[in-house]
Amino acid sequence: MSPDLIVILTAVLAACGCGLIGSFLVLRKNAMLGDAISHAVLPGLVLAFLVTAGRNVVPMLIGATVMGLLTAWLTEALSGTRRVYADAALGVVFTLLFAVGVILVSLYADQVDLDQDCVLYGEIAYTPWNSLVIGGVNYGPRPLWVLGGVFLANVLFITLFYKQLKICSFDPQLARSLGINERLWHYLLMGMVALSVVAAFESVGAILVVAMLIIPGATAFLLTHRLFTMLGLSLLIGAVCALGGFYGASWLDASISGTMTVVGGIVFGLALAYNAMRRHLAQRLALRTG
Amino acid sequence: MDFWDLTLRFFALGDVNVRNVVAGSMLLGCSAGCLSTFVYLQRQSLIGDALAHAALPGVGLAFLVAGSRELGFLLAGAALTAWLAALVVNLIVRTSAIKLDAALGIVLSVFFGAGVVILTHIQKSGAGNQAGLDRFLFGQAAAISGRDVRLLLVVTGLLLLAVAAGFSRFKILSFDRGFAQTLGVPVGRWQFLLTTMVVAAVVIGLQAVGVVLMAAMMITPAASARQWTDRLWLMTLLASLFGMIAGLIGAYVSFLAPRLPTGPWIVVVVSLIFGVSVLLAPRRGLLSRMVGFIRQRRATMQDHILKALYRAGMASGVWDRGYDRVGMATAFGFLPGDLRPALGRLRRRGYLELVNGAYRLSAEGREEGARVLRLHRLWEVYLSRYLELPADHVHRDAHEMEHILTPEMEARLEELLERPEFDPHAQKIPYPERREPA
Amino acid sequence: MKPGMKNETPVEVHDLTVAYHRKPVLWDIDFALPEGRLIGLLGPNGAGKSTLIKAIMGLLPPLSGYVRVYGETFEKNRELVGYVPQRESVDWDFPVNVLDVVTMGRYGRLPLLARPGKKEKELAMRSLAKVGMAELAGRQISQLSGGQQQRVFLARALAQEARIYLMDEPFAGVDAATEKAIVVILKELRDRGNTVFVVHHDLQTVREYFDWVMLLNLRLVKFGPTAEAFTSENIQNAYGGQLIILSEAAEKLGQHR
Repeated sequence: MSPDLIVILTAVLAACGCGLIGSFLVLRKNAMLGDAISHAVLPGLVLAFLVTAGRNVVPMLIGATVMGLLTAWLTEALSGTRRVYADAALGVVFTLLFAVGVILVSLYADQVDLDQDCVLYGEIAYTPWNSLVIGGVNYGPRPLWVLGGVFLANVLFITLFYKQLKICSFDPQLARSLGINERLWHYLLMGMVALSVVAAFESVGAILVVAMLIIPGATAFLLTHRLFTMLGLSLLIGAVCALGGFYGASWLDASISGTMTVVGGIVFGLALAYNAMRRHLAQRLALRTG
Repeated sequence: MDFWDLTLRFFALGDVNVRNVVAGSMLLGCSAGCLSTFVYLQRQSLIGDALAHAALPGVGLAFLVAGSRELGFLLAGAALTAWLAALVVNLIVRTSAIKLDAALGIVLSVFFGAGVVILTHIQKSGAGNQAGLDRFLFGQAAAISGRDVRLLLVVTGLLLLAVAAGFSRFKILSFDRGFAQTLGVPVGRWQFLLTTMVVAAVVIGLQAVGVVLMAAMMITPAASARQWTDRLWLMTLLASLFGMIAGLIGAYVSFLAPRLPTGPWIVVVVSLIFGVSVLLAPRRGLLSRMVGFIRQRRATMQDHILKALYRAGMASGVWDRGYDRVGMATAFGFLPGDLRPALGRLRRRGYLELVNGAYRLSAEGREEGARVLRLHRLWEVYLSRYLELPADHVHRDAHEMEHILTPEMEARLEELLERPEFDPHAQKIPYPERREPA
Repeated sequence: MKPGMKNETPVEVHDLTVAYHRKPVLWDIDFALPEGRLIGLLGPNGAGKSTLIKAIMGLLPPLSGYVRVYGETFEKNRELVGYVPQRESVDWDFPVNVLDVVTMGRYGRLPLLARPGKKEKELAMRSLAKVGMAELAGRQISQLSGGQQQRVFLARALAQEARIYLMDEPFAGVDAATEKAIVVILKELRDRGNTVFVVHHDLQTVREYFDWVMLLNLRLVKFGPTAEAFTSENIQNAYGGQLIILSEAAEKLGQHR
């Protein structure tokens, strides 16, 4: 596989994996929780590095996922004390966690294979050389394996538990009255979000992961009224962002993850315009026939 | 130079550099804290996050267009793109079914992504003196110069003046927009002004805190200040103060280790202030609530003892019967361990007398025991008359309310119920002797 | 009686006190719903009507007291209870269609990994037919009027095939024709032996719609057959806010917990 193809594939898997699970964040009006989780995983990552003294994937994934769940739980606990509004609680928790993470990175930069730039932009361009070596055998780029695995996990999760996710996102009260453990599904979803964020983190960085979480789903939301179609479209849009980002970055001579986000913004903008036009036309039609 | 030398040098403020850094950081903290109050109350906390991230492309563009690293240009560019971001968020929410949270996330990440593109482009194009732009990511208070301070001073001064002048309007805007509109207040214009001021506060802070963490300065000072007071002017003042403290300490850290980014340290400090506020603030603080619970439990235990002794006295007619701790426990169903501290306190308060190792009610204790019993039975009467609850349902409720009813409520109950003689279980209600009819 | 039903009382509430943010909103509520009746629940805003419905379904924990559904806890007999929440409780921009929403009423009975199949869809269609919305089965919910939304919720509850129906303000913001249509359906439910408990806000229509009436304002003011319970004195008691001491006591209790 050529290095370019590897990078493209990594970008596509990152965007699609995040976009798919992130669609539910958009539907649950919890997009900023996705933003918070993607910031808060940083200290978990750094601690996992420090503790395992290496770039071992599994502790990294676990550490960061735990951090993500902790963020969701802390935020709820804090706003549950009723001393702080819910949106502020979110802001307080994730900014603190991210600040701690950045401090750890800057203090232990030499022991931890992360630096400030990587945290923000990711280093997707280095993917072809980031090899997974087990027992002396080189299995190829590690991020591809991780992202591929997480992508499959997301697809599996959503396929198996489609109806639970649907009803818990649409009408949590009905779900609870029917005996469905809505809280459990909420945390499972947040866990999958955290997992996806961590997997994409080293490729696209903290803040641009947010774009990949929200933009595909939000764009798809504007284009269709069916949940299943929306999820499928989010995959397509994620891929478009990835491809556009890759080729745009070489044209602009700029960061790939940044360009992916800008492409996402453009795609979203187009969908917004299209949607607005459609609504306008529908209104005019209704007025005339009404 | 060792740690203490550095610390002394810093706080002596002798060095002009130190003074600049301190001044700049504190000004940022002040303006951000001040504006954060209104943002918090309008439940728009996460907008600060979006605006801050959206400032990044503006910084880059200003550099490209103006070709200079002059702070004034950079901040102007930052303000422009941040303001644009606010407009776009509004646009998205108004023209589609996308909700505010997703709109914020999209604008935040797209603008930031554009900023990253511009920054990395500048980096690669080799415009060597761009290295300074990086400092807007995580903040570099050490880079604040004297000229920067003058600019910050002017802007902060204007902001504070504007807040003071328009205070009553901003207050009503934050608490009850709808009401403000009915009063004829041009809500749209004032909100426009407030948003502009928030953008300015965000942009001022970028040098010290950086784009990524500026959100914290627009949220945490206000959330902390809220714990200490219900009054808006005081909350605004406290939030500014907390912001300034965080700025100061952040500058201190930057001074000790100039290569560390300042932003995270400022955030850690302001979060600590938040933690302390949530725990220790009087009334609202969690600690204060815990203390309140403990006091309440103690008072309840003491009430139960007095009531039990009083009932025994009422039933037997014997008032000087004393009980030792174990005897009391057995007779009335208490745990001996629970009794020990309560008995000591009751004695200290003068409600119990200790005679020959046995406790009995003093005259005051008799009155107090009667009061608790009276409250219990009055409440039972109230429940059975006004809620029409049957007699066997009222006891549990009264058991709790007897500790909560104030003397004022007691008087009103007595009046409302016309001084009933008996409770729903046909038990006599004890009234103080001096109020018995002659 | 079906298995799982210990006795004939559809809903029994005993000494129920429920708090909202630590302040009691329901105080010592005590009643037993009679089976096979159409019962209206009335009271001023903030009186605790929605809270009572939610507390019956275990969506809110009680400070004291308990609820029994046909003699068992709600968790054991939840299949016997159908729920129609307030329309605002849901985001109508969600990308699902009418049939999807109604089918959700069956989700509680499906095992973990199962998908709703033909049986569920057919049941959902029948429920839609009962509320006169069968032709709109494929329509996106964002395109529904208020009255149509209410009918969809009702169809969803019907799909739950329950014996007790709890409804929270089903007539709020609904056009007159839909309201009449819904009342017809509710009366049919009652005629078939179901118990229907409806939070209502319009005093004018109470006598026309409901067999029994419950007047609630923090405490239970009156509960009984409409002719007996729905008197001007009781209405005044419920809406007049006379129990000042009780509300103050509730405030104080909220501060002390």
